[in-house]
Amino acid sequence: MSATSRHLLDIDDLGGREGIETVMRLTDSFVEVSQRQIPKVPALRGKTIAWLFYEDSTRTRLSFETAAKRLSADTMNFSVSSSSVKKGESLRDTAKTIEAMGIDAIVVRHSSAGAPHRIAQWVDASVVNAGDGWHQHPTQALLDCYTIREHLGGLEGRRIAIVGDIKHSRVARSDVTAFTAMGAEVVLVAPPTLLPPNLDGWPVTVSHDLDAVVPSVDVMYLLRMQRERMTEALVPSLREYTATYGLTNQRVELLKDDALVMHPGPMNRGVEISAEVADLPRSVILDQVRNGVSVRMAVLYLLLGSGAELPSPAGTLTNASETSDQEK
Amino acid sequence: MTNTHSVVIKGGHIVDSTGQRDADVVVVDGRIAAVGEDLSADRTLDAAGCIVSPGFVDIHSHLREPGKEEAETVETGARGAALGGYSAIVAMPNTTPAIDSAAVVRQVQELGRVAPCDVHVSGAITVDRAGEQLAPMAEMAALGVRLFTDDGAGVQDNALMRRAMEYSVGLGVVLAQHCEDDALCGGGHMHEGEWSARLGIAGQPAEAEELMVMRDIALARLTGARVHFQHMSTARSVAMIREAIAAGLAVTAEATTHHFTLTHAQCASYDPVFKVNPPLRTAEDVAAVKAGLADGAIGIIATDHAPHAAETKELPFDQAPPGMLGLETALALCLTELQLPIEQIIAALSWRPAAVVGIGDQHGRPIATGEPANIAVFDPEYRWTVRGSDMASRSTNTPYEGRELRGKVRHTLLFGEPVVISGEAQR
Repeated sequence: MSATSRHLLDIDDLGGREGIETVMRLTDSFVEVSQRQIPKVPALRGKTIAWLFYEDSTRTRLSFETAAKRLSADTMNFSVSSSSVKKGESLRDTAKTIEAMGIDAIVVRHSSAGAPHRIAQWVDASVVNAGDGWHQHPTQALLDCYTIREHLGGLEGRRIAIVGDIKHSRVARSDVTAFTAMGAEVVLVAPPTLLPPNLDGWPVTVSHDLDAVVPSVDVMYLLRMQRERMTEALVPSLREYTATYGLTNQRVELLKDDALVMHPGPMNRGVEISAEVADLPRSVILDQVRNGVSVRMAVLYLLLGSGAELPSPAGTLTNASETSDQEK
Repeated sequence: MTNTHSVVIKGGHIVDSTGQRDADVVVVDGRIAAVGEDLSADRTLDAAGCIVSPGFVDIHSHLREPGKEEAETVETGARGAALGGYSAIVAMPNTTPAIDSAAVVRQVQELGRVAPCDVHVSGAITVDRAGEQLAPMAEMAALGVRLFTDDGAGVQDNALMRRAMEYSVGLGVVLAQHCEDDALCGGGHMHEGEWSARLGIAGQPAEAEELMVMRDIALARLTGARVHFQHMSTARSVAMIREAIAAGLAVTAEATTHHFTLTHAQCASYDPVFKVNPPLRTAEDVAAVKAGLADGAIGIIATDHAPHAAETKELPFDQAPPGMLGLETALALCLTELQLPIEQIIAALSWRPAAVVGIGDQHGRPIATGEPANIAVFDPEYRWTVRGSDMASRSTNTPYEGRELRGKVRHTLLFGEPVVISGEAQR
């Protein structure tokens, strides 16, 4: 998605800090659009985006859908559960079939790592990774960067703890790359069973002691603790997990005054985050969701809006009152 | 499979278990009739610049028949083998149904009878390769089966494996193990390490292989069984085999061409053509496998030729089946990747595997008067580019697509019949 990439498969496609900052700046413009009375521009009029979600998703799907509509793109949904996929169609055939309908971008969510990369090898359309297995969720990392920037002014020199099930987390893999590219320092906090078995080459430090980490960080990023991890003997019980790695009412008191609490959702209140902590002013979880729409507008615009001028509040992003016929 | 016409292999350099020399070789009625200078016959096969060696023996081929004929058949697999210089291959039993009874053994033997390569059949150690109950090994051994394996999976149960080893001693057969502890592999799809962590793919730790190698060495000591270790892929596995051989145990081991050529870094493309069990490992493991081949800890080179229909590889990495083609690239990979004396490479490709499966009286024989004429003639300097679509296999899942390799088979003789002439399969 940098000058050379027409896909956004992982954060590295942005080519480091400069690319991420381009998305941030563009997102500023779309935040402004989103605050208008009619939050819609014709930037992607005539472009068609297909959703190919092999895995259930509510917030990411809705967020992308909202972003596409605010850009006046046409969208269509390839419903995996009721389609030929269930009849045994291969990933390649499905992707080629969708492309044959003349779409410009495919937004893919898949439970298998690398599925969007495979699709990108087979089609000419742009592919946006909306989450692939344990691997990457690049737009989540971008909206996380944007939210931190919004509240703390930037990521440079900030210390960010990512806490919880790193091993199975595409959010963690994307965030580590994006946060460190932006100059932040990342500490992973988890029991060894929930860390990748090998962290060679990861620009992070690791801690198994949350209490020791809490006072030093600017952002406490909590990951969802999935119940099925218990059956794999990765932690003995949720109770023990919460006691050692949960952001409890006691632990949150140790945070610096301006430190943020973040979560990619959906939250398990009472497990990785206490119900009260989730509702504190320092918890910017709903800001993450809000920014997600503008960030995804920026991503779709960068991939599909080529040839158009970069948008500015006074420029191309005029309200698109005439585009209501394209809404579905 | 006799040939009434005489054939002379002319101008080659012979490499066999007795040494090296320049000589022509005349073949009549399936046997070598003469070896010497300036020989002639009804038909001449040019071997100028070529090495003339005993035909190769692959003790690890998946021919997919019965059950997955869309991926490979005994015939197409055997044709690919002949093109790769093989005069004999051993079909693995993980077919559908599994080769776990006399009936299926007979079926595959029957299919092999008309194939352009001598097809031998291995049998499963346990019924349906399920690891629960011993398969009728004596019944299969009576049909000539000499190698038993549940390949594709290891026998997980320690006590059952002990019984299988004990039972095998009475039959005089070899047990071949696919060493992987299923519980430790736990749904993994590639080597557990730096790359699996980065790619977000569940890993199979090296220890999953090593634990079973360790166990089977212990059980071989306990039972006195002849145990063959398939596709050794880790440095510590190689070290354990080296020790076991030094201790005098009746164990042998093979390395596949991919485990000494490719590493787990290849999986970064997410292309499941690089997915295989045991998985591609680290550069250190590759070096250790090569060292094992050099010092004899690993005596045998096998292909683990595992064809898969294209559509089954057009899936995400974790959903695609493991396995890659090997028969038509094995020799070239040995010549390109291994810095070993030629006689050592041919030993690992020919007479040593022949001995393991008890066909050393027919294959891997010296190039000498009176011996069965199972012969490979190859140009060790010929450079070519791998194309899956050019192969005889029904499948195209080669991990070497587009790679330039050195060394190609020119002619293959099967019991005197030239089944490959100038790189072309004759049937």
